[in-house]
Amino acid sequence: MNDTLAGWLQIIALLGALALSYRPLGDYIAHVLTTAKHLRAERVLYRLGGVNADVDQRWPVYLRSVLAFSAVSVFFLYGFQRLQNHLLLDIGMKAVPPGTSFNTAASFVTNTNWQSYSGESTMGHLVQMAGLAVQNFVSAAVGIAIVAALIRGFTRRRTDRVGNFWVDLTRITVRVLLPLAFVFAIVLVAAGAVENLHGIHEISTLVGDKQSITGGPVASQEAIKELGTNGGGFYNANSAHPFENPNAFTNWLEIYLLLVISFSLPRTFGRMVGDNRQGYAILAVMGLIWAASVALITINELHSVSSSAGHAAGGMLEGKEQRFGIWASTLFAASTTLTSTGAVNSFHDSFSPGGGGLTIFNMMLGEIAPGGTGSGLYGILILAIIAVFVAGLMVGRTPEYLGKKLGGREMKFASLYILTTPAIVLIGAGTAMSLKGERANMLNSGPHGFSEVLYAFTSAANNNGSAFAGITVTSDWWNTALGLAMLFGRFLPMIFVLALAGSLAKQQPVPVTSGTLPTHRPQFVGLLTGVILIVVGLTYFPALALGPLAEGLH
Amino acid sequence: MPSSLPAAVRNHMAALRMLLVLTVITGIVYPLAVTGIAQAAFSHQANGSLVHQNGKVVGSSLIGQNFDLPKKNPNDPNEAPRPDPKWFQPRPSAGGYDPTASGASNLGPNNPDLVKTIKERKAAVAAFDGVNPKDVPADAVTASGSGLDPDISKAYAYEQVDRVAKARGLDPAAVRELVADNTHSRAVGFLGEPYVNVVDLNVGLAKAK
Repeated sequence: MNDTLAGWLQIIALLGALALSYRPLGDYIAHVLTTAKHLRAERVLYRLGGVNADVDQRWPVYLRSVLAFSAVSVFFLYGFQRLQNHLLLDIGMKAVPPGTSFNTAASFVTNTNWQSYSGESTMGHLVQMAGLAVQNFVSAAVGIAIVAALIRGFTRRRTDRVGNFWVDLTRITVRVLLPLAFVFAIVLVAAGAVENLHGIHEISTLVGDKQSITGGPVASQEAIKELGTNGGGFYNANSAHPFENPNAFTNWLEIYLLLVISFSLPRTFGRMVGDNRQGYAILAVMGLIWAASVALITINELHSVSSSAGHAAGGMLEGKEQRFGIWASTLFAASTTLTSTGAVNSFHDSFSPGGGGLTIFNMMLGEIAPGGTGSGLYGILILAIIAVFVAGLMVGRTPEYLGKKLGGREMKFASLYILTTPAIVLIGAGTAMSLKGERANMLNSGPHGFSEVLYAFTSAANNNGSAFAGITVTSDWWNTALGLAMLFGRFLPMIFVLALAGSLAKQQPVPVTSGTLPTHRPQFVGLLTGVILIVVGLTYFPALALGPLAEGLH
Repeated sequence: MPSSLPAAVRNHMAALRMLLVLTVITGIVYPLAVTGIAQAAFSHQANGSLVHQNGKVVGSSLIGQNFDLPKKNPNDPNEAPRPDPKWFQPRPSAGGYDPTASGASNLGPNNPDLVKTIKERKAAVAAFDGVNPKDVPADAVTASGSGLDPDISKAYAYEQVDRVAKARGLDPAAVRELVADNTHSRAVGFLGEPYVNVVDLNVGLAKAK
């Protein structure tokens, strides 16, 4: 079979698997988020946790629960890393330094999974499985909880209640993430991924060299790392590491896992608002952007566009694994940067200027195609609100979306949401570039070096976590700056989303009239796609021009 | 929980308790259950697909190794490694095939140092294998993503057959057959790329002599 046909087939097979999952998974998540019945096991958890599962929370209470849970998580994870050498299964690892501990705690709690450490030489097994991997579950569940509250804002009327955070968190974790992660972790092991509690053991190779073989509960972490769009690798090489991702089948499966929940949530949305067509419209926008990105990155890599190293080697294989090749690497790269995953099976720093630039652009879109678990959907719904507003301005009508009027208060929250992340990215990257010592941490020089800095802040603020990994980010300045970028990039937008949810829930829906903009037709799909590209393009064009564009045109 | 405490304190206490409860489920029970099943049902994979020779572990099929000649001076960390012609050679590695330091070079697509390195590697590989530099495949001159890539392309494997056969005094046809035995086609017929596993191939080679 020739390369092109095989490349296309793996994309088609992926689309087929995602299409088959869309309805059952989306409907199931909608059911989990709306049913009045608690499982008996869940009642036990609520009792142990000391939370009241039978109250509906007002949005500020819901928000305070989210923030309290996340704050406690950051402190817990920080302490866990600082004390790991006193705990079980430390496999000889020292206490993690304070700067790295803060950065890592912020990173995993915010679903970013930026890693300023190398897993195999920093983290013991207990921190990996009972610290980091726990956040893989719950940070993903928090994202879905927030979007559930936003959707309730659309579906409820004349109320100040948006749901119960503890119930949403627990149900998503126990009923959705845990069973799926369990099944796919076993599949990954069967296909070759490692899962043990061994430390590092030394062997003698064929030629008599010493080699240290690493162990660890890898597959169980790998499954939730992809499923929850987290992306933090057990090992430094992340999903390029053969123990995490041993062959092209596991690779395909991991891409499926990191996309499946986010691509199915529009169904959940359509289901909950009582009109599946609304879900399909959102899905269409996500799918269009994803497909375009996969195509463009693949073309850039296949043809070594503007890469002298690629031309010298005869192919863009620097930073890529032989078992994956170009197609399986670019499919992963596009998917991981368009979701908030940030796992990598190939190293974006060595991609062609166009291919690498597109991975940055993908994150700049705000990770909405399909985005992180939950965060992707609330991100694109905010953009849908902006799109409806723009259309409303054109015809001079008060805009409305799904029967709710978008007045000044709603638009303020939506605008603040849109402005937050670019502000963090551009101020952060600008500050780093203006500081001589921090600028010096880039590995490559010229426009590509700037791209490394821009990538770092884009990745942190959008909670992606992948990197142009040549940059050295282990200093206190970088650990702190990026840690703060992750925290602000995660929680400020959440505040605006929940405030918006509260504001929408209060309204009595307005009836649909002939003047209402239909938000389920191709026209709206086009409008929303256009708004996304224009808003992001205008915001980031100057920064992109200095980095990847300058390098590509050089 | 005493309701006399301020609401914010109660809120954070509940948050901590919920975190601990979920930590037990997702952080202890879940990974241990997966580990238990993995060890019972798929112990070969779960323990790293280790390969044995004469009853001793000599590596993992999934983790590449260096196949260099012994150092002239074992105490000199700066001595450049010299590939051993008797073995099939893996791809260049940014981390010297050290599993405690996995990772890529992260050199940019137009980095002059990378371009220079690639050209030097190409010339060296061509001379070593006795082929035209134009025919050296890309995987032979580029460092992998993991730094542990155990695989090479079919083209790079077959390029090395004559050199290995000559160094070992083996029939090239027999070596070519070994390569074919260790060649993997695309997973499920269309996923990824075909590849030859260098560790397994060299284990087979060691038995062949």
